[in-house]
Amino acid sequence: MDTTAGPVPRVRTHMLASDRLGTALARLGAIRSHYKVVPGLYCVGNPSPDSPVLVTANYKLTFDAVRRELASVDAWLLVVDTRGINVWCAAGKGLFATNEVIFSVNSAKLHQIVAHRRLIVPQLGATGVAGREVKKACGFKVIWGPVRAEDLPEFLDNGNQADQDMRTVTFPLKERAVLIPVEIFLLWKTLAWALPTLFLLSGIGPGGFSLPELWHRGLAALLTTLFGLLAGCAVVPLLLDRLPWRSFWPKGALTGVIGGIIAVFLLPLHGWPEWAAVLLWATTVSSYLAMNFTGSTPYTSPSGVEKEMRLGIPLQALAGVAAIILWLIAPFID
Amino acid sequence: MKHFRYLDGVATLALDTDTCIGCGACVEVCPHRILALRDGKAAILAPDACMECGACATNCPVQAVTVTPGVGCASYLISVWLHRLTGRKIDSACC
Repeated sequence: MDTTAGPVPRVRTHMLASDRLGTALARLGAIRSHYKVVPGLYCVGNPSPDSPVLVTANYKLTFDAVRRELASVDAWLLVVDTRGINVWCAAGKGLFATNEVIFSVNSAKLHQIVAHRRLIVPQLGATGVAGREVKKACGFKVIWGPVRAEDLPEFLDNGNQADQDMRTVTFPLKERAVLIPVEIFLLWKTLAWALPTLFLLSGIGPGGFSLPELWHRGLAALLTTLFGLLAGCAVVPLLLDRLPWRSFWPKGALTGVIGGIIAVFLLPLHGWPEWAAVLLWATTVSSYLAMNFTGSTPYTSPSGVEKEMRLGIPLQALAGVAAIILWLIAPFID
Repeated sequence: MKHFRYLDGVATLALDTDTCIGCGACVEVCPHRILALRDGKAAILAPDACMECGACATNCPVQAVTVTPGVGCASYLISVWLHRLTGRKIDSACC
């Protein structure tokens, strides 16, 4: 639409098939590092100079999450350049920050477009944005919006009032489950060298090197790794609040041991060293991946993660090395 | 958060009540609602529920509340440890 400061693009508030596909690919991990919208000022509906200004990040997943809640709203959408990263992560990294918001306001010539001087900034942006400093620098008062975009219509209807629930971060099953594909996807580079290595190690035996053994034992090693991967990357997130212990590495060790036991029953293994190796390897892989999941949760403190890593990593290293040694010597002991 | 609890006694959240002016900014922005105003000053209701996001510290006009925010990602921390041990470049590839 046209404004005194030039044309402002109006965006749809309903998702197209291409948007949904983009969301799916971003959630799978394939395009998550290159899924941006051009930063700047947009609008939804038919805003006037009195309509609210909603600030958000230029990660398209975020941008879509916001605009699809605004079907019945007339508002300005100020998209800050966060290098394609969502609000909370960008705030933590200093991208969704005080100076970037000020820059965006000035760059969009917001003073000419709206008569009021209020910005609705997502509450999770507070990690990087000092509301008071934004007001001092550009005259726009920061009002903290709700944590979740879905609460925006109610928030706006209430005269920019948020209740405690709107200001509290939660971590329900659905939000945990949606993180699983990307956790697995991010492992592809590691798996690309680790799996061939496991196959090669599996071929070592009393006769030197054996291709049939490489294949059969390698397959068992791969499947064990897969069991550990699912135990750590999928089961732990899904059962997060039901698994014992506060730390994540033991949660993963528990699901990993169970996965390992299942693997021992299902896989064609020969002798106790192979059983022990499979158990230890599944436990280690699962424990490590579960520990890594701490970075994807909205409640673990970095201080806590560092503390649990000081115990978790040495244990994982020990168990992992033991597993590899047992797997290597197994063909020689029978 | 109601049924998610992490480790106790580790959070670096600190509040200097003398410096606090009771503006309530920290109370408003905390994603886990662990700060509140009591008798005109901020108070930490549940220090062990703090995730060290830093929103309170960023928005405190007088730096009465402080915390050491950081990335709570295990692979990043490993990368930092390896850097300290071997000088290897820190890997910030995943985000």
